[in-house]
Amino acid sequence: MTLEILYFAWVRERIGVPRESVETNAATVAHLLAELSAREDRYALAFSDLSALRVAIDQDLADFDSPLAGAREVAIFPPMTGG
Amino acid sequence: MVIRVQAEPFDYGQECASFAQSSKNSGAIVTFCGIVRDNDDASLSIMQIEHYPGMTERALSRIADEAQRRWALESCLIIHRFGALRPSEQIMMVATAARHRSDAFAAADFLMDYLKSRAPFWKKEITANGSEWVAAKASDEEALTRW
Repeated sequence: MTLEILYFAWVRERIGVPRESVETNAATVAHLLAELSAREDRYALAFSDLSALRVAIDQDLADFDSPLAGAREVAIFPPMTGG
Repeated sequence: MVIRVQAEPFDYGQECASFAQSSKNSGAIVTFCGIVRDNDDASLSIMQIEHYPGMTERALSRIADEAQRRWALESCLIIHRFGALRPSEQIMMVATAARHRSDAFAAADFLMDYLKSRAPFWKKEITANGSEWVAAKASDEEALTRW
């Protein structure tokens, strides 16, 4: 499947792009991040500590073990600081 | 319920007045405005606010829906800005209207706690010495357990 992956804040800066399309068969978000980390160091660096990251699937907050089946858009970002 | 995510400044006084005007059946209106606070050494030049267009509006609507489910609100308003803001500029505001003040106060408090850590905004402080992403505070996450 083709996933649109979005990055925000320091995750975007470390990956170097705000969004990209990725071809993957990853079953969960955690698998997707592991797959990307194996591809290039910049991903491994950005995703080294999952506790410092949050994830959304199709614009809803999700967990790292959430399934990706049927998903179109995945976003990876640090904890939010609104207000 | 009105949700606005915008780069432009807003007029807090004007927003409060029109919110009150449109909430005529309420006995209580609570409003809150968040301001860009300078650092103690007055070093902040810009607070850059990034957000996730699409998800932001959706997350704020969900938070407002939840507030309306929990308390007897007549209406509520959330305005949140993004982009480059200077110290003393207004970042965001919430307003709640209810028949009684306890509902209006509690709902405004709830909205603030949730939009701090569950709405996709990120702040970056830019000073003469460089720039740094603002880290989320453990106390903000803990605040959610109150609800």
